[in-house]
Amino acid sequence: MDWITIISTTVKSAIGVETVLYALAAIGINIHFGYTGLLNFGQAAFMGVAGYGLAVTVTVLGLPFWVGIGVGLAAAVLLALLLGAPTLRLRADYLAIVTIAAAEIVRLVFRSVQFRDVFGGSDGQRGFSDGFYALNPFPEGEYGIGWFSFNHRLLWIMLVGWVLVALSCGIVYLLMRSPWGRVLKAIREDEDAVRSLGKNVFSYKMQSLILGGVIGSLGGFIYGLAYASVQPDVFGTETTFFAYTIVILGGAARVLGPVVGSMIFWVLLVLVNGVLSEAVQAGYIPFMTSIQVGPVRYILVGLGLILLLIFRPQGIFGDKREIAFDVR
Amino acid sequence: MEGQNPALTYFEGAPLRRAVIAFTAFLGGLIFLLAVPAQAAAPDQGLRGTLKLQGQPVNGVKIVVTTEGGQPVKEVTSNAQGAWVVPIDKPGKYKVTLDVKTLPQNAMIRGGNAVRTPTVFSGNVSTVLFALQLKGAAGQPADEGGESSPFLDQAAQLTFEGLNLGLIIALAALGLSLIYGTTGLTNFAHGELVTLGALLAYLFNVGFGLHLIPAAVIAVIAGGALGYLQDRFFWGQLRRRGTGTIAMMIISIGVALFLRYVFLILFGGQNESFAQYTAQPGIEIGPISAAPKNFVAMGIELLVLIIVGFALLRTRTGKAARAVADNPALAASSGINVDRVIRIIWTTGGAIAALAGIMLGLSQNLKYTMGQDILLLIFAGVTLGGLGTAFGALVGSLVVGLFIQVSTLWVPPELKSVGALAVLIIVLLFRPQGILGRRERIG
Repeated sequence: MDWITIISTTVKSAIGVETVLYALAAIGINIHFGYTGLLNFGQAAFMGVAGYGLAVTVTVLGLPFWVGIGVGLAAAVLLALLLGAPTLRLRADYLAIVTIAAAEIVRLVFRSVQFRDVFGGSDGQRGFSDGFYALNPFPEGEYGIGWFSFNHRLLWIMLVGWVLVALSCGIVYLLMRSPWGRVLKAIREDEDAVRSLGKNVFSYKMQSLILGGVIGSLGGFIYGLAYASVQPDVFGTETTFFAYTIVILGGAARVLGPVVGSMIFWVLLVLVNGVLSEAVQAGYIPFMTSIQVGPVRYILVGLGLILLLIFRPQGIFGDKREIAFDVR
Repeated sequence: MEGQNPALTYFEGAPLRRAVIAFTAFLGGLIFLLAVPAQAAAPDQGLRGTLKLQGQPVNGVKIVVTTEGGQPVKEVTSNAQGAWVVPIDKPGKYKVTLDVKTLPQNAMIRGGNAVRTPTVFSGNVSTVLFALQLKGAAGQPADEGGESSPFLDQAAQLTFEGLNLGLIIALAALGLSLIYGTTGLTNFAHGELVTLGALLAYLFNVGFGLHLIPAAVIAVIAGGALGYLQDRFFWGQLRRRGTGTIAMMIISIGVALFLRYVFLILFGGQNESFAQYTAQPGIEIGPISAAPKNFVAMGIELLVLIIVGFALLRTRTGKAARAVADNPALAASSGINVDRVIRIIWTTGGAIAALAGIMLGLSQNLKYTMGQDILLLIFAGVTLGGLGTAFGALVGSLVVGLFIQVSTLWVPPELKSVGALAVLIIVLLFRPQGILGRRERIG
């Protein structure tokens, strides 16, 4: 077994691209679910419209990179308005069903043959990240010590990603200490009480949905830029559920919960994946093939989600009194 | 449900922990039971596709792959599942031609173009799509002279298929709706119960060589037993502990992820079909042409739905179930054993979900994601009808099934689910309580 590879990939994954983009998605969900109590199961759609907004603007319309970012952000805001308008007045489970349905609609439209010219069908779009890497201040080469090194492209996207994560956390920290944030938390605790105080609950929920969606959409940009491509199936419901697991693992309604959750989540997944595939290749686990290692991560996430909610719903840093659902 | 049984809420971790262990052990047992040999791996890079006509695989169609310059690469024919694969050594642009002469008599390519030019990227298997449709379907110039117009024929055919799909959705939706009504659980793992039924039937049918009918009976019984055990050892324990409905909803997502990928490991990622009744010659009744199995399947579905509906209306347990769905606390205080009713509903729900899976596998194909794919349609049906109302779920599901199939008159088939989900959202805007739901404050 090649322990150096296993350890190096695991350590790198603690700050890697995957961790960054899921941290962003999870920070968005934390605003929805952790602070406001909204069950948005369509976070993947926010990431998707952002990633595709960028990709389509640059590749199909031939417009510059920054316009693409603008289009992506506008698409995320628009999606939030569209999703929120019919559902934010309804009970929590309706919002969950509608958002998950909307996310599937978005994914199916992206992968349809009908719109292949625009969205590229199931192969997705590629070749839109040049504008981003043209801004790269790092000259070509490898940076780091020994195996703990990244090439200039990876370093650039990780730097941008972590700056975005830090900014988002700062915004969440400041907002949730403000009167605005206190209203959100009050909505989570008792909507009717807030309404009776004369606050427009619908409008606050909508603002929360937009803010969380936009932060989540940053994760979509990071995905598209890091892999220089977007595919529809990346933005499936599993992505949303991974982000939910991260929020609950780190601790809902905690500023740094999603970030720490994402780091732990990916370190664990990459470690298990590495150890398992090495063990299968070395013949230690005779009843599994290397193809069967892939699904194991999803099984672990599922099991982790069940066990977390049963035994430690507040996650690592959370406070039981600050959770949107009633647990005993 | 919380707080309705205060005497039971101090059940703490220990029995629950045992419950989780039992549940995991049970699933572990399933793993050995289900260990179907893994399928040969797909090539590293290449082209593949699946040919289907009205959801039925199309066998024996010749596909010719050449390089962009016209150098022949390979010729293949689609297999019994309608699938074809061409491994390709060098990434690049390729030309894929479907030999129209080898298509079945009644089939044609939508749009008429039989050539595709996909790009193969290294380490990637690209999917090449040939959408097939019946000759004379929408988008074709209608040929005059027949007694009835092709558009109406097509509409009748699609209505029939819509009813078929709607009945399958209704089977699954009925269980989901009853479970929601009695326990408040929005069960995202219900789709996996559907898949489980189909895969169990496949195991007994193809794995152990039983005929499909006894295999299906065993699978339905096993589905019911699993429903019972799930409630007995898992959901019931959580309820007793006082876990909130939203926490349970997220737990059900974990269960769904867990089960789905256990299925993937055991069953593999490919499409399969049952050993019997796969390729039946169609029969024509009026404007409708369908395989006989579809008529039988619809008959069984209808029968089961009528029996369950009758049981809900006329039997003591059924009445109790409706009472619990209406108001659990009141039902409990009027002497109904709520836990027993819930357990019966889980058992029935599991069994009819398994039946829905088998029917779905019969009319389409078996895949580890089949339940996930239909779950949103089930939710659409349940929500349309009104969350928690048994007959609402029935009506809503039929509407969803019909809408999906009939909409393909105007909408490309790959986007038909999009239309149904969009309708779901629009209905929630104007009548959030659903078709048969009662007006109440729901937000």
